[in-house]
Amino acid sequence: MATQHSQKLARSMMAPSVIALLIWMAVPLAMTLYYSTLGYSLYNPISTPFVGIENYTYFLTDPTFIAALTNTMVLVVGVLVITIGGGILLALLLDQDIYGVNIVRLLVIAPFFVMPTVAALVWKNMMMNPVYGVIGQSMSAIGLAPIDWMTDVPLLSIILIVAWQWLPFATLILLTSLQSLSSDQKEAAEMDGAGALSIFWYITLPHMSRAITVVILIQTIFLLSIFAEILVTTNGGPGAQSTNITYLVYQQAISFGDIGAASAGGIVAVILANIVAIFLIKAIGKNLDA
Amino acid sequence: MGKIQLKSVTKAFGGVKVIPNLDLDIEDGEFVVFVGPSGCGKSTLLRLIAGLEDMTSGTILIDGKDATNLPPAQRRLAMVFQSYALYPHMSVRKNIAFPLMMAKMDKAEMNRRVENAAKILNLADYIDRRPGQLSGGQRQRVAIGRAIVREPAAFLFDEPLSNLDAALRVGMRLEISELHQRLKTTMIYVTHDQVEAMTMADKIVVLRAGNIEQVGSPLELYSRPRNTFVAGFIGSPKMNLMSGAHARQHDAATVGVRPEHMDLSTSDGLWRGEVKVAEHLGSDTFLHVDSKDHEEPLTVRANGEFQVKAGDVVYMTPQADKMHRFDDKGLAIG
Amino acid sequence: MARQVSRQRKIGMTILAWFVGFLIFFPILWTFLTSFKTELTAISIPPQFLFFDWTTENYVNIQAQANYFHFMMNSIYLALGSTVLGLIFAIPAAWAMAFSPTKRTKDVLLWMLSTKMLPAVGVYIPIYLLFINLGLLDSRLGLIIVLFLINLPIMVWMLYTYFKEIPVDILEAARMDGATLRQEITQILAPMAVPGIASTVLLNVILAWNEAFWTLNLTTSNAAPLTAFIASFSSPQGNFYATLSAASMLAIAPILIVGWFSQKQLVRGLTFGAVK
Repeated sequence: MATQHSQKLARSMMAPSVIALLIWMAVPLAMTLYYSTLGYSLYNPISTPFVGIENYTYFLTDPTFIAALTNTMVLVVGVLVITIGGGILLALLLDQDIYGVNIVRLLVIAPFFVMPTVAALVWKNMMMNPVYGVIGQSMSAIGLAPIDWMTDVPLLSIILIVAWQWLPFATLILLTSLQSLSSDQKEAAEMDGAGALSIFWYITLPHMSRAITVVILIQTIFLLSIFAEILVTTNGGPGAQSTNITYLVYQQAISFGDIGAASAGGIVAVILANIVAIFLIKAIGKNLDA
Repeated sequence: MGKIQLKSVTKAFGGVKVIPNLDLDIEDGEFVVFVGPSGCGKSTLLRLIAGLEDMTSGTILIDGKDATNLPPAQRRLAMVFQSYALYPHMSVRKNIAFPLMMAKMDKAEMNRRVENAAKILNLADYIDRRPGQLSGGQRQRVAIGRAIVREPAAFLFDEPLSNLDAALRVGMRLEISELHQRLKTTMIYVTHDQVEAMTMADKIVVLRAGNIEQVGSPLELYSRPRNTFVAGFIGSPKMNLMSGAHARQHDAATVGVRPEHMDLSTSDGLWRGEVKVAEHLGSDTFLHVDSKDHEEPLTVRANGEFQVKAGDVVYMTPQADKMHRFDDKGLAIG
Repeated sequence: MARQVSRQRKIGMTILAWFVGFLIFFPILWTFLTSFKTELTAISIPPQFLFFDWTTENYVNIQAQANYFHFMMNSIYLALGSTVLGLIFAIPAAWAMAFSPTKRTKDVLLWMLSTKMLPAVGVYIPIYLLFINLGLLDSRLGLIIVLFLINLPIMVWMLYTYFKEIPVDILEAARMDGATLRQEITQILAPMAVPGIASTVLLNVILAWNEAFWTLNLTTSNAAPLTAFIASFSSPQGNFYATLSAASMLAIAPILIVGWFSQKQLVRGLTFGAVK
């Protein structure tokens, strides 16, 4: 019943959440924007002169920034390729008629619940350590030279760890979407003479396309801000080989105490995330009408 | 008692007038059916009576008392929803007892009424089940049970049978009619199905675009439709409406003749036509006939079996006293 | 279709699926096994799989040496605190949006979602400085507020999608049956909304438990939860694999179990209802 009275009540029920989020979003963001125009060092917090866009020029022309930007992109794309590809295959596999499918499901989704610091340390030490790690020992056992993952291929190592964490998410969502495909459609296609591969290509994949879009967008949001995995494994190194934007901003602020430059970096990260967010909001908003 | 009067009732959603201006009297004990195509405002009208929507203007009297501003619970009306609206977390017993619990009725009387309702509606065996464990027909009965225990002034039904399959619908239709015989309480019933309207109603209210097109008993509406809309809406198959030369012959803008009011012959008659489709039901034969005399194909009904097939030539003669004549505004003449 | 072929296919698929499942689960299984080894067995070459002397000494040690319990309590405080706070804010908001929607409801929902997409580093510096100034750094209260705020949009969304599924008809039926607003809420709505609220709580607990940006950056020891405790093992102090494993198992076991029970709701919550 849409009466005047209930409208007013509804607004007052929404107000606390809206105001809380508005403050959480607007105030710090405005402050970040403000700090990004100051020459502000934690080591000399008394003098904070206005410097205009100097922090931005400094941050954007810093070779580490270019490296971090590239690393961020490689990290996001790498993890997406592995999780979407693997997720589709796994979803197709788990959609089959198999014995104990529920237990297999539990095994497959487990990594998602592992906290980032645990995941990163377990992989770094017990899987990827060249001497004692399971991968290293397996490679030695079959006569290959073990890889020193964190030193030789730091970014790839982080991609693998993060992909391991996010593969369950992709699988679970793609599987949910797959199971909502009516068997009528598949059977109709079968009657029309489509083979398994054609059914996948012309029926299944288009049906999953929206779920795939959602997975890509949501993962991108989270992957842009990967932090803990880098902090506890490589510390962004060697050099800046595994530094992403988030980690770079953290370093600027904590290690170098450069609040101005870190804030400029934060704003750059916000702009990057917004580009993705626009697409995500569109995709989800469209769904809201349906 | 359950006399309901609507006076100059209007309802607008935003700027859209769903009900422009409507007056209606419903007598105590009457079975009234609101019928019309979807979007005609019949459900809105029911919800206005129930108090689930606010009227934009106008008055509603229940048993002579102004109920315009009463909340739904105080109007002494019970409603059966299209989706049944059973409380999924309560047993059948609690569902039926819920309105009595809300009225703080004493335990003994409450149990008596619930048991009684369960018996009338054949629900005794399911009384401790949850709605989720019941079939569509059983859920429908629970919803009716919840309505009758309150012994309301009137029952409101909002397309209650539309979620049931065809066979069950016929059965429930009978049950609701029997219930009305037994309780003699006012019932207002909304449907888009004219067969339900014809079979159940004491009084049918035909609605279009929020306006009442005609009010009357089923047979009045059938034999004396006030306009072409009612003529086309009531009766199955639809009345054949013809304009042009034939209408002019009868001094009207449109003439109508029902499929069952034409005499059929394979040898001679007024209109000659070719059978497009013949539907043989055993009890009846329906023919869809293309005729050079008419733009639209005609539907004709013959009693029992009539031996023709597609492509055959037939002759049709309308029964002169069963012709309906309408003027250029679509209103019945004479 | 020949039965024989489909049976063979089923067995083949089963073997493949179990193999892949085992491979994905292996790091967790390996951590579990290592947590019961001595430090020496943990780094033995070749690695010991099942046949070693099982010991629980690592579990005893972490509590004795590192005061594990302190960190776990912090994790529990943060997860529950932020969830309760979230429910207090989110239930009325989601309620209003689901039952009294206006033209702007959709925009408000999407706007809330957009705050979730604000990267943490975008607001990190001011929050950090603010926390220093307000004395909230390394305090449970401060972190509870931050975790509450970052998960609030998800909670509102999830509750909204659940409330939306409660048919309006039922509320109207209750109104016709004479229920007051209070009775409508306590006797009809609450029982129907409980499953949705429970799922929302589970998801929020999982997210808060595993959050690893703010918990690492706004704590040092007092309010540090398990994420920060585990991170302290990254310092190069030798390879204490068995201890690390035991600590890891304790940190992930509760949430792993919660997570397994709520996998269906997870999809819904994390995709903002876009995939059900």
